[in-house]
Amino acid sequence: MSQQPLTKSKEHRAGPNWPFWAGLAAVTAAYLLLLFSMVGAAATYSRPHDLVGALTSPEIQYAIKLSLVTCTVSALVSLIVAVPVGYLMSRGRFPGKNVMDTLLDVPIVLPPMVVGLCLLILFQTPAGRAVDKVVPFTYTVYGVVLAQFIMGAAWAVRAMRSTFDYLPSRPEDVAMTLGCSRGQAVWHVTLPAAKRGMFTAASIAWARSLGEFGPILVFAGATRMKTEVLPTTVWLELSVGNLEAAIAVSLVMIALAVAVLLAIRAAGERP
Amino acid sequence: MISLDRIAIRLGAFTLTDVSLVVPSAAYGVLMGPTGCGKTTLIEVICGLRQPDAGRVVVNAQDVTHEPPGNRGVGYVPQDGALFPTMTVRQQLGFALYIRRRPSAEIAKRVDELAERLGIGHLLDRRPTGLSGGERQRVALGRALAARPAVLLLDEPLSALDEALRGDLRELLKTVQREHGVSMLHVTHDRSEARQLADVLFVMGDGRVRQADLESLGRQSDRSD
Repeated sequence: MSQQPLTKSKEHRAGPNWPFWAGLAAVTAAYLLLLFSMVGAAATYSRPHDLVGALTSPEIQYAIKLSLVTCTVSALVSLIVAVPVGYLMSRGRFPGKNVMDTLLDVPIVLPPMVVGLCLLILFQTPAGRAVDKVVPFTYTVYGVVLAQFIMGAAWAVRAMRSTFDYLPSRPEDVAMTLGCSRGQAVWHVTLPAAKRGMFTAASIAWARSLGEFGPILVFAGATRMKTEVLPTTVWLELSVGNLEAAIAVSLVMIALAVAVLLAIRAAGERP
Repeated sequence: MISLDRIAIRLGAFTLTDVSLVVPSAAYGVLMGPTGCGKTTLIEVICGLRQPDAGRVVVNAQDVTHEPPGNRGVGYVPQDGALFPTMTVRQQLGFALYIRRRPSAEIAKRVDELAERLGIGHLLDRRPTGLSGGERQRVALGRALAARPAVLLLDEPLSALDEALRGDLRELLKTVQREHGVSMLHVTHDRSEARQLADVLFVMGDGRVRQADLESLGRQSDRSD
């Protein structure tokens, strides 16, 4: 009995591809439209004169400066932690690695307020109180940095791990045969090659820290001219009905976030 | 001299058992075997990048089984060269001496010697990006030779090169081996490569290594397997 090849069957013809791509394009366009509408609406809500006026208030200027300083410090500390942890998770082989991997992601999945509450409770324990006596974290600028670090470091660790996963380990092996210890091989060969990944990790930690609000509010408080960072300002200004100032600060944060995003992309695309 | 004495290693489902071989001093050993049979693992054991479960690794009459890679006196040239991505060719060639804190004049002299010998003098200020496959392997070879190792381990160093370049590098490897008096262990799939280079031949399969007669290569056709 002879059989007709199915590929020549007249009963079935493959449909065109354009509805598939058109569907994807429609969803993407709708999503982008929503994003730009949000930012556009905020940007055009107030007159530029009012926005500039709001930004010149001493409280907001303090919040801008404090945000820039604390984000930079927490990003640097995050990087210092993320490089060794990321390396260990990428190249290390040890029992319990999967459990540790999950634990490292805990700050990412925990509700931000809960992170703040956990920090607050940690510093009520005897050990926490002892640390607090030496370096006062609770309701201080140090607390702002610590809260930002907890969130920023989790993202920086992820970024560094991907960086080390992407870099081949062979050059490091060769360096060891040439006389290096593992530490020297990482220092001389792997870290210079991971420079862009380190920049990206620090930038992501910086951007995460900039937007951090919940843990800071709970752990460091929202005291004007003391622990007030930009997200705190948005909340404080909104709570007293000063929409102009809240929008002005939001636009500053959007501009900073876009600048970080562009810097990360530029670093990633450099040949 | 390279000597493996009853090496055993288990990596998941993969095992090597009772692997022994001897490459005499200043001899060119070639190790052949099918893909995935553990040739690279064996090279890593000799380098010290993998610790065997049992057995001894002896390099130049010294038991180096528990020595770190940098103290074994071995040079290693992996398949793709594995050049250091951010260093110039000059820095790569001088790296082994730099890490030993040798004076910069000595490093510069050694780099110049190696560059001239390997024909890469014009590449000294280049980084690995943009180097051809043959150039990369020459740099990797120079980098491995810089500290004058007693033993050189080459893991399929010619496999990514076209036929003309292979011929040139084969000649170079043999000359370098004679001039430096190093014991070589060269992993390859290629029978003609093995025939032209080998003083001693080892064949790997089923988790074991046996020494084979060089004549056996001559009786085979020139095809690569």
